[in-house]
This record gives sequence, C-alpha cells and structure tokens, in this order.
Amino acid sequence: MSFEIPDDLYYLETHEWARIEDGTARIGITDFAQDELGDVVFVELPDEGDELEQEAQFGVIESIKAVSDLYAPLSGTVSAVNEDLFDAPELVNEDPFGDGWMLELEGVDEDELDALLTPEEYEEQIA
Amino acid sequence: MALRKPPLRDLLADRAKFTEFGGWEMPVEFDSIRTEHEAVRGSVGIFDVSHMGEIEVWGPDAAELMQRLTTNDVSRLSPGDGQYSAVTDESGVVLDDTVVYALPEAHQPDAGDAYLFVPNAGHDEEMAARWVDHRDRWDLDCTVENRTEEYAMFAVQGPDSEDLVANAAGEGVRDVSRFDVAEATVEGIDVLAARTGYTGEDGFEILCPWDGAETVWSALPCQPCGLGARDTLRIEKGFLLSGQDFDPESNPRTPYEAGIGFVVALDTDFVGRDALADATDPDERFVGLTLLDRGVPRSGYDITDGEGTVIGTVTSGTMSPTLGEPIGLGYVPREYADPGTEIGVVVRERKKDARVTETPFL
Repeated sequence: MSFEIPDDLYYLETHEWARIEDGTARIGITDFAQDELGDVVFVELPDEGDELEQEAQFGVIESIKAVSDLYAPLSGTVSAVNEDLFDAPELVNEDPFGDGWMLELEGVDEDELDALLTPEEYEEQIA
Repeated sequence: MALRKPPLRDLLADRAKFTEFGGWEMPVEFDSIRTEHEAVRGSVGIFDVSHMGEIEVWGPDAAELMQRLTTNDVSRLSPGDGQYSAVTDESGVVLDDTVVYALPEAHQPDAGDAYLFVPNAGHDEEMAARWVDHRDRWDLDCTVENRTEEYAMFAVQGPDSEDLVANAAGEGVRDVSRFDVAEATVEGIDVLAARTGYTGEDGFEILCPWDGAETVWSALPCQPCGLGARDTLRIEKGFLLSGQDFDPESNPRTPYEAGIGFVVALDTDFVGRDALADATDPDERFVGLTLLDRGVPRSGYDITDGEGTVIGTVTSGTMSPTLGEPIGLGYVPREYADPGTEIGVVVRERKKDARVTETPFL
C-alpha cells in the first residue's frame, strides 16, 4: 500500500504533519495515520488561544476501533481550530492534508523544525 | 506463543489488516468498518470466523454429557436443531457462551447422538479438556473430539444472505430455520450450513473442511468483513463478547447478570444449576447505554450515577455506524438498570452525560 507524503511538510514520528506559512503552522495527521486508524468518528481539539509545547499532547482522535493521542509538531499559540471536524470527523479520512486539517499555531519558532522528520525520513519510518 | 492461523490467512494477506484475537491471527478490517458494517445491515457480507472452536461429541451418552455441561435443555434438540447456551462452573459463573447443534441424521453414529458445539476463540482446548474430564469422572460412554483446526467457518450475514448461500449451496438452505443446521454442498465440498450468526441479521454460518476453505469462500462473493465490523454489529444488537463482556477471571458473571438467563434451563441437571437457582434476581444487570455528550464509550471506562459516583464499568462500546450515536454495554446495580435512567460515563477523566438504553439498540 502506498501513502501520500507531501514533500512540502514536516512530520512528527507520531504521524502529525506541519505546514509552515508566514510564521504560522497548520497541523494535521498523515494519510498513513488516518488509514491505520480507520473510520474517524470523533476529534477533541484545544481552544483558540491555548499554548502548545512541541511534542506535548494537544488532543485526541477516535476511530470506530481505537483512541489515539495527538501531539504538537511545534510550540505555539492556537490561532484557529477546524470546527468542521466536530460535525464531520470523516474529513480526516477523506482529505488528511486538506479539509481534514486540525489547527493552526502562530508564533512558531522555526528552529524547532530541526527536530521534525523530512518527507524522506517519514517515508522511511512508515515503510 | 505463535498465533494460530486460519486457513485463508495467506489468501487474504494483501486484502485485510490482521489482528490477534483469542490466540488467532484474524482479519480485522478489509475496506473500512463502516463500509463492511453497512453491507451487512443493507445487503450481505462474509466474515472468516475460523477462529471459533468446533468440538464434536458423539456416542450413547453424548446427550447426557451435553446436558450436564451446558445450561440450556439439550433434550429439546432433534437432529438438525441448534440452540444458544452457556457453560458454567459450580458457582454458576459463565465460562463461555456457545451454540450447541444436534448434528443432522447423516452425521449420527450407529448408537447414540452426535453434537457439535462452538466455543469462542481460544476456548476450544479448555472446553475439550472439560468435556473429557467430566465424561471420565461420570463414567459416560461417548467420544469428544476437538475439530477446531479441521473446520473453517464463514459467517454470511445480511438480508441478502439467503439468496447468496442458496446460489452456492443449493435451494434447500432456504428451508433451514433460525438456529437449525443442514448438510449442503458447495462446489462439490460437503458443508454444514447453520442459520446462525452474531450480527442480528438473517444469515448463515458455513462450516467446511480446511482444505476446502478457499473454494467455499470464493463461491460466496460479497463484501468481505473483518472482526471490527463484527464488533460494531454485535454491540448494536446488545450481544455479549466472551472475554470482554464476561470473563471467568477478570469479570465473572452469571448468565442472569449477563442478560442471558433465557439459556438457563433450571429444570435440567447441569454443573452450576444449584448456584443459579438462587441467583435469578441478581444485584447487577447488563444494560445498554447511550452517550448524550460528544465522545465514545470504551471498554473499561467507569459508569457513574447522575452525580458522578462510580457505579459500574463499560464492557463494550463504539460509535454506532447505523445510528451515528455513541453506544455501549456494561454492568450497573439493578436500581439503575431501567431504560431512561440518567447515568454518566467517565471519558478521559471527565463525566459525560449518558442514559440507560434498551437493547437491542436497533
């Protein structure tokens, strides 16, 4: 089975991704992760304004069969939450890098990117 | 310990994700639990359930042995009949739940009767040993044989299952009533077709020899389903899962507590009978529950009263694919067991509002 691994993203070993644009990071989980989880039925996310630390747990994702913790690829302040996921958690399965995004962080420190996996390294990890 | 492999393990290797279940390596998901679940509720799906045990008991005292080791009334069975039942210990605790079949005429030995019963995954060796021990202790004349690794078993479930099975195994299967079992042939392979299943839908469980498993599976083309969908389907119907909703070690329960008192025939003589005669009105009851707040109840979560005091435990739970609601099963004191009672479920240290709900959920 092959999974989509966009080459403009940074990855955490726990299968979250981060996309950096103008000092803001958008965060979600990978195609591999959504496939492993199966049908996503529930997502618990932080509130806007919450402060996250790199690699700290920020939420929970539940599929029909399993519960998994979500970890922050970067530190920052939550500036947006994808509220569509509360009514349509299946967006995580359908479009994990697009409409299934989870939150945005502002004030990120790009030095922290060094701790994340490149697309090549992530591909190796899930191989 | 190495996992036991069902006969189709290699054939299905690329089509399904596998998981350990009861010591077996079983398909848990083919396409998605939701897709598979909807196929069974709406049309038909097929499950490989070859991890289920098969134990045959035959000979002059076979009926006596079956009667004394299972809670239901085996004397009601004529060849070709089946019944849901339980196996209890001296104190009335359920060791396993099972289906007992009186095998059709052609399987009958010259003297006595022949039965086949189906213990849950991983219980076959313990049950076979229990049957042999008690046969010897009671000096009964019958043969007990564990055929778990000779029989493959496929569950074909859903409203279109009769047409699919009739197409493969002959029109005669249409006449097989609920819980009954008949002989049939699929692509020249002799099978037993039982009108049973664990999804709450009409369906068949087809038993065939291991070396015919691939042929029989291929002759029943429909949505392949894994144990994940089997779990969501059985929870929606309020059916017990052995080892999870009851377990003689971690969660010992009588049939009355577990809500299957209907399989206890107190007018028969069986191991556990005397204990159960005094236990028909238990303090704790197995109930359904629906979460009213967002979240999913899971096995092991605390159940509380409306104020938050812990009163019980969730034993099974899921997001119901059919209802789109979070549902669960678990034990509560009887004063909380009435449908509609306000309770709570503790999800990640937070109490979520819930209520007791009549089962089946649909």
